Amino acid sequence: MTLPVFKPWDDPGPNFAGLLGHLDHRMVPLADAGSGMVAGGADRLPEIAHGTTVVASKYGNGVVIAGDRRATAGNLISHRNLTKVFPADKWSGVAIAGAAGPAVEMVKMFQLQLEHYEKVEGHPLSLEGKANQLSQMVRGHLPAAMQGFVVVPLFAGFDRRRGYGRLFAYDVTGGRYEEEDFVASGSGSLFARTVIKMGHRDSNTEDQAIDLMIQALFAAADEDSATGGPDSMRGIYPIVATITVDGYRELGESEIAGRFERLLDEFTEQHGGDRS
Amino acid sequence: MNMPFYVAPEQLMKDRADFAQKGIARGRSLAAIEFDAGVLLCAENPSRNLRKISEIYDRIAFAGVGRYNEYDQLRIAGIRHADLKGYTYSRDDVDPQALANQYAQMLGQIFTHETKPLEVEILVASVGYRPDGDRMFHIRYDGSVSDEHGFAVLGGEAEAIRERLGRSYEDELSLSGGLKAAVAALAGDERTLGSGELEVAVLDRLDKGRCFRRLESGEIDGLL
Repeated sequence: MTLPVFKPWDDPGPNFAGLLGHLDHRMVPLADAGSGMVAGGADRLPEIAHGTTVVASKYGNGVVIAGDRRATAGNLISHRNLTKVFPADKWSGVAIAGAAGPAVEMVKMFQLQLEHYEKVEGHPLSLEGKANQLSQMVRGHLPAAMQGFVVVPLFAGFDRRRGYGRLFAYDVTGGRYEEEDFVASGSGSLFARTVIKMGHRDSNTEDQAIDLMIQALFAAADEDSATGGPDSMRGIYPIVATITVDGYRELGESEIAGRFERLLDEFTEQHGGDRS
Repeated sequence: MNMPFYVAPEQLMKDRADFAQKGIARGRSLAAIEFDAGVLLCAENPSRNLRKISEIYDRIAFAGVGRYNEYDQLRIAGIRHADLKGYTYSRDDVDPQALANQYAQMLGQIFTHETKPLEVEILVASVGYRPDGDRMFHIRYDGSVSDEHGFAVLGGEAEAIRERLGRSYEDELSLSGGLKAAVAALAGDERTLGSGELEVAVLDRLDKGRCFRRLESGEIDGLL
């Protein structure tokens, strides 16, 4: 791999995708290997893995973002421990719903773009700039989305210039919508959103906001077969992360397991000791 | 018909080397030193914005002295090289030696074939998971590379600074000890350097992801 050097008028600047576009096989082996991937018609789509429910909510000056772990291909569970919530950089996170392969690739590209920008320019992008970058990536993915490989991310971050957490939702066209309170995306989002709507208060503490995400994902898993619930048998739990002035922090597995356990205990009590 | 004068290759190379050295000597120097928890890079640099030291990848840092626009272009090329390699293969496959070799090829090529050599000296430093995994590659304007151990010095007054740092350097220095040694060597006997004239960064061995961290002036003052 050689050193990519450009003439000043031809320089891609801090744009990593632009850099990839400038290069050929000498720099990036297999650069075009996947280009024929979406040539087939929508009626001949193979069954591919889909990730499902992701949720996010604001509280105080922070944001909490969470997602279940299941991926489904048609009626089958294809992965039980898929990660759908990722740190985008130190002060932001991204969660994905939709076709798992392209979604994970999009996250990888997004993380790399933020890091690349930060290193080349010497300072990170603004939160607004990050949200717009993701919007452009989703828009660039539209041809594949039209063929069934839909990717819809959620983006949450701490705006260091303004001093509070912000939340963004997207649609397949790259439309970017800033959410004031909370948002849910994916197949189980209808149920998750209802739960969050009932429990969301502007005065919610971090602890309450996290529990609300846990309840929302539990409700989604309870009603939607494509959303995975807590799997204590295998020790697989949804991923929950908070983003505050201190940055992105993923909650430990034991903490999430504990919160689910308390939720289940409450249900059990309500049903007179019978969990069914 | 105009005939160009014959210039002996030895003379040509010497002229170019003199030219590059003169350019480098105009700027201030820089030292890098291995300490118990990583690699410390310390430059005499009164500018807060035109940086000599920067991050390349998870465990790799870059430092340059000489003409700013020239080493900055090399810095960006290095970031691109590393990010592309990490994207194409994996983050584990980005290594400082390949990058140093690429820099050497480029500087050597420009030195012999272009109208003007680059007036820069650069350092590619990387921190290992254990102290014996630390690497420092010093690359000069003509593309020559040297593999440095313990500490490295770049810039016009490198000889004198290297001698001073060689006297105070020892294995397993603390961060504070390493910084003091580097700053004293850069300053010499007649001057003292404060945090306002220093640019300092470390590659922290114990960090899991991106190990590069800049030290702010308050922290530098505290350590000194």
